[in-house]
Amino acid sequence: MSALVPLIAERPRGSSGLRPSVHLWLRRPVAVCATAFLAVLVVVSVAAPLFAPYNPEAQDLTRVLSGPSTHNLLGTDTLGRDVLSRLIYGGRRSLLSIVEGLVVVMLLGIPLGLAAGYLGGWTDRVLSRVGEMVMAIPAIVLILVVLAAVPHNEDVAMLTFGVLGTPTVMRVVRGATLQVRRDLYIQAARVSGLTHLRIVTRHILPRVTGPVIVQASLFSAYALLFETGIAYLGLTGNPEAPTWGGMIAEASTVIEQQSWLLVPPGALVALTILALGLLGNGIRDVAVVDDVATRPRRAALRASTALKSAQVDHRDVRPDRLIVVSDLEVVLRNRGGTTPIVAGVSFDIRHGETVGLVGESGCGKSVTALALLRLLPNGLETTAGRALWEGRDILGMPEGEFNDLRGCTFAYVSQDAQASLDPTFTVSSQLSEAIRHHERLSRRAAKERALELLRLVEFSEPQRVARARANELSGGMAQRVAIALALSGHPRLLIADEPTTALDVTVQAEILALLRRLQSETGMSLLLITHNWGVVADICDRTLVMYAGQVVEQSPAQSMFDLPLHPYTRGLLQSHPSLAVAHSHLKTIPGNVPSPGSWPDGCRFAPRCPYVAAKCRADEIPLLAAQSDRDTRCIRVGEILAEVTSA
Amino acid sequence: MFRLIARRTLLSVPLLFIVSMSTFVLVALIPGNIARTIVGAQATEQQYLSVRRSLGLNEPLYTRYWQWLERALHGNLGVSLYSQQPVSSLLDSRLPPTLFLVVGATVVSAAVGVVFGVAGALHPGTVDRVVDAIALLGLSIPSFFLGFVLVEWFAVSLRLFPASGYVTFGVSPAGWLESLVLPVVTLSAGGVAVIAKQTRDAMRDVLGRPFIRTLRATGIPRRSIIFKHALRSAAIPVVTIIGLVFVAVLGGSVVVESVFALPGLGSLAVQATTESDLPLIQGIALYFTVIVIVVNLIVDLAYSLLDPRVRVA
Repeated sequence: MSALVPLIAERPRGSSGLRPSVHLWLRRPVAVCATAFLAVLVVVSVAAPLFAPYNPEAQDLTRVLSGPSTHNLLGTDTLGRDVLSRLIYGGRRSLLSIVEGLVVVMLLGIPLGLAAGYLGGWTDRVLSRVGEMVMAIPAIVLILVVLAAVPHNEDVAMLTFGVLGTPTVMRVVRGATLQVRRDLYIQAARVSGLTHLRIVTRHILPRVTGPVIVQASLFSAYALLFETGIAYLGLTGNPEAPTWGGMIAEASTVIEQQSWLLVPPGALVALTILALGLLGNGIRDVAVVDDVATRPRRAALRASTALKSAQVDHRDVRPDRLIVVSDLEVVLRNRGGTTPIVAGVSFDIRHGETVGLVGESGCGKSVTALALLRLLPNGLETTAGRALWEGRDILGMPEGEFNDLRGCTFAYVSQDAQASLDPTFTVSSQLSEAIRHHERLSRRAAKERALELLRLVEFSEPQRVARARANELSGGMAQRVAIALALSGHPRLLIADEPTTALDVTVQAEILALLRRLQSETGMSLLLITHNWGVVADICDRTLVMYAGQVVEQSPAQSMFDLPLHPYTRGLLQSHPSLAVAHSHLKTIPGNVPSPGSWPDGCRFAPRCPYVAAKCRADEIPLLAAQSDRDTRCIRVGEILAEVTSA
Repeated sequence: MFRLIARRTLLSVPLLFIVSMSTFVLVALIPGNIARTIVGAQATEQQYLSVRRSLGLNEPLYTRYWQWLERALHGNLGVSLYSQQPVSSLLDSRLPPTLFLVVGATVVSAAVGVVFGVAGALHPGTVDRVVDAIALLGLSIPSFFLGFVLVEWFAVSLRLFPASGYVTFGVSPAGWLESLVLPVVTLSAGGVAVIAKQTRDAMRDVLGRPFIRTLRATGIPRRSIIFKHALRSAAIPVVTIIGLVFVAVLGGSVVVESVFALPGLGSLAVQATTESDLPLIQGIALYFTVIVIVVNLIVDLAYSLLDPRVRVA
């Protein structure tokens, strides 16, 4: 048990303490302005007699509705009273009202939220349900009931407003508490026998502070909106004492004679509410770290931009090649500049060929595939390279032109099949839409064709599947549907990104067999991304191995198994369970794939390579033709092969 | 579908009890003599006693509530202390303007908010920031102030719409529409803000999901992806927010009806409060609750149409 005690001391403080956030705060000019504005407002209101130039109730019937002047900075009202002085005194009433509501809402909301979140069970269920109900009622009607019983009593109205606002605060505190409760150190504190009260006050309460302050600020905005509202309706206060809402009501009666009178109180109320809202947002961004939404600076669904169209050299157009990719470069754009993710990737795919793209996670396999489809996620961008398809550069053509090729020339199947289907559409409607996009067919004919596709991917009951939605399908079924969807446009090249990784082993074999059958029946080419050598051995004609954004070896699949040329390929093969020698330790490659941006100079595999020599680190290594149909990015390939074969 | 409606209706019964009971409890909790407040200082002892009797204040709280409940179940919400008319008939006559106003404001909020939200999600940068600014302003400007600003521009200066008052549809459909335009716009500002923000966030989230990439890889046109697929998934959280906006708009109608002198439930509520007409204001609270329950039911149905997973469960 004592071993757990250090855990308590190591309580993470980052997201809870507000102190380290002060400098973060100062970097937000909007939040700083809002805070300053509110501070001035509070000081001036509290010390109203010091700041107000006149008695707010002093009438001067000779100066009625005067408009702004040096005498009365913001003009005078219908009874000749100074607008500025009335605003300052009115602020007092509003401030007091906000505080009244705030005190109630915090005194009730925090303990109830802590109770619901910390105790859970029935307490939580009852409190949450009652809270939901209270939130479903427009607060104002209940407060009007109260004001009918105690006319013009703003204090009672604001206290009731606080009570009715409790569920919102309670919910936020509950949520934060639940999150903290799951943390390890709280569990440790429990085990080590701290009392509940102590755990709550010492460990949970501080972590809940951030969200609570955000709520306090937002609640204050609503309280002010409400307070000025009931004052405007004439339900609170006496007619003599100034209130912001009352001033707007009074101004509205003379809107045709002097519309200026609306501006000072209206603008002040709006600005104060705005400032409270901005303050809340600012605190949320600084103190509640988990909630910070990183805003993408690019459209979520932007049209991919085409590269500058490359001059197509006739020597590059080779009729036996479906696609020839050369010097593909993809970068990650971020604030600091660009980081290359994929660099100088070249390969080609022949008609009807199945090519495996292999490598550890983070080598750039998927990025390469998505770059070819021009569907890179936000922030990633293709900056160089060519991909020739029938003599045309698909990376350089306009987006509209390329979109005509998507689906019917290039199709795509992803790893997470279930997530790759629209959850709100049936299989049939998704397939039909894709079919009708590619071919001019009637709705009925498209439905027929959809069933045909489902039969093609070996569903025995296509009608039943057609009616289903993604959530009603198993992973393997969803992947078949995704393949059917990909086949809807009769593609020439199917790019499959780890299509079996998320599936059970038996289902994996089925999907692979299906892909192999479809490939041989339709004659399409297949680019299969995988990190499973079994898959490669099963269906691939040729294999590309990627490491740190580069292709490090390409060769016919069988020769690669027989004799890997690159040390990385060798390491990958040796670390694969199904290919390892029985009763010997499974070998692993030491270290990790270097992340983009920290690629070493020279050979990128050098730090992990058992065969590394000084010359490996000197210069960037080119992809070398080792045999007629094999390339490797290893300058020591000859020496290593000699070493291996002699051993 | 039918079971969903039945279940939801049953679940809403406790809400009706809570609201009606709290109107009694709140009044009982408040210190001071309510009957005295209602009749005023100049009233005779006889008037005072008669109000006491008509409110049932001689009985204990639970008896009072039980009697009210028993009558309410028979459609009898008592008699207004001020006008001596039955509360339910008073409320029925005031219901239409409020419904038109509140439903209109919710529809406008949803339509404009969704357009802004989608635009913001598709065009980060300037458009997005404009949406943010509109959202902040819409939430910050009190409706009574915005109402008068609109009156000043569109009624006083441009004379496009009447500054206040209500024309029933039967009298003049055009006049009816004109009398509702400014109130609906005023009441929509906050709703537009909330819905725009929610739609933008939901759209952004959906557009980042894998199925959007699959659709793009299939070559489906961008427009269809955005409006047919993404918007439908994004609509699921937005519908919930529209339900909440409706509740907020209903509360806001109290102020806006007073600004534009619309003879609805909201302005009646203010009048009843000023006159300390307890039976009337209790009846209004009940009506508001029923409206909220009906709307929540509609939201649930919309939800089940949009999200197949709800229907299955």
